[in-house]
Amino acid sequence: MMEYPRTKPGTQPEYLHELYRASVRRAPRQPLITLPHTICELSGPVYGHNPIGETDNDLTRHFAEAPQGERIIVAGRVLDEDGRGVPNALVEIWQANAAGRYRHSRDEHPAPLDPNFLGCGRAITDDAGNYRFVSIKPGAYPWHNHHNAWRPAHIHFSLFGPAFVTRLVTQMYFSGDPLMPFDPLLNGVPDPEARERLVSKFDLSLTQPDWALGYCFDIVLRGRRSTPFEENSK
Amino acid sequence: MRLIPTASQTVGPFFNFGLTADQSLGILARDGTPGEPIRLEFRVVDGDGMPTPGDSMIELWQADATGRYPSSGLFFGFGRLETNKEGICVFETIKPGAVAGAAPHINVVVFARGLLKHLFTRVYFAGEPANVRDPVLALVPEARRGTLLAHPVAGQPNAWRIEICLQGDGETVFFDL
Repeated sequence: MMEYPRTKPGTQPEYLHELYRASVRRAPRQPLITLPHTICELSGPVYGHNPIGETDNDLTRHFAEAPQGERIIVAGRVLDEDGRGVPNALVEIWQANAAGRYRHSRDEHPAPLDPNFLGCGRAITDDAGNYRFVSIKPGAYPWHNHHNAWRPAHIHFSLFGPAFVTRLVTQMYFSGDPLMPFDPLLNGVPDPEARERLVSKFDLSLTQPDWALGYCFDIVLRGRRSTPFEENSK
Repeated sequence: MRLIPTASQTVGPFFNFGLTADQSLGILARDGTPGEPIRLEFRVVDGDGMPTPGDSMIELWQADATGRYPSSGLFFGFGRLETNKEGICVFETIKPGAVAGAAPHINVVVFARGLLKHLFTRVYFAGEPANVRDPVLALVPEARRGTLLAHPVAGQPNAWRIEICLQGDGETVFFDL
């Protein structure tokens, strides 16, 4: 049985973050009501109904031709709070193309769509919690949050762990991106260490010669193994 | 070693092609699923009462008609839809059975542009006698309990409707899990 401690203050963003304009009229203002964890929170969905396809984790192989841009490998482990791999977790990603444009009807950024890039993928972690995607490096793009606002390059991640309470949607950034200090979303996370964990690291061991740069991004879901029951000595 | 869980970030406005392109995730009950089929409509509004047009997403996790959380079989108990331009999405499911001391309810996660982390809430069914003994409803101040109740839609048998109000008058009760 896993334990799900509450998250530590500062390590998760607050709902109201005034620098993120859209939060102002959407963040709840009433305090949340704390629930004890019952079977409703400790159980979670299983995904037999929607099997993962062979190329679902390779965003460069969704069309006959390769997409434009810098090919990358993004890989890592999904871990619990004790550092143990979380097996069989569904990882879904979506992102802009190399020019910073999403394949979405309301994305108005005047950058080209890439006919060979859909920009979404899925994977299931293996027994040790490993996942791996092949994609292209997403471009930065402007948004209307404030004057001259640009999102740093990022990939959206959605994860289901073993329970309803482990649900996570987040974004992965790239180390050294000069836009990160100006981004109200990343900086909506108060704790600097927690922000740093959202930044993937270039990894030479994941990099494939003559093929693609590798970035490592480990993700920690809520939960830890319960302390082993210690029998009283006689 | 103790690791800090990864921080949440908003789902943003452009998740559709990644998460909700598959409309079949709105149909939890397939032919042959035991239980009372229902149609459950959500409408999501912001602090100005304006619907969240296509940039919010609802996920459901619920027990089957006997009150068990499914791990396999015909009924998966999981649903996911984006709201349309009126802020509305409609699931086809079955009415859940009572789970271990709780009144019949559906666990709900709300994601939206503007929410740096998702919100947890629940849907209960208005008029259900077990509501008065539900331990979670008992934690909610009486004046706000109504925000967790779906109501029957007049003239549409087996159809229920609930509004998720993110902020302001009638703000939905959200939970810290």
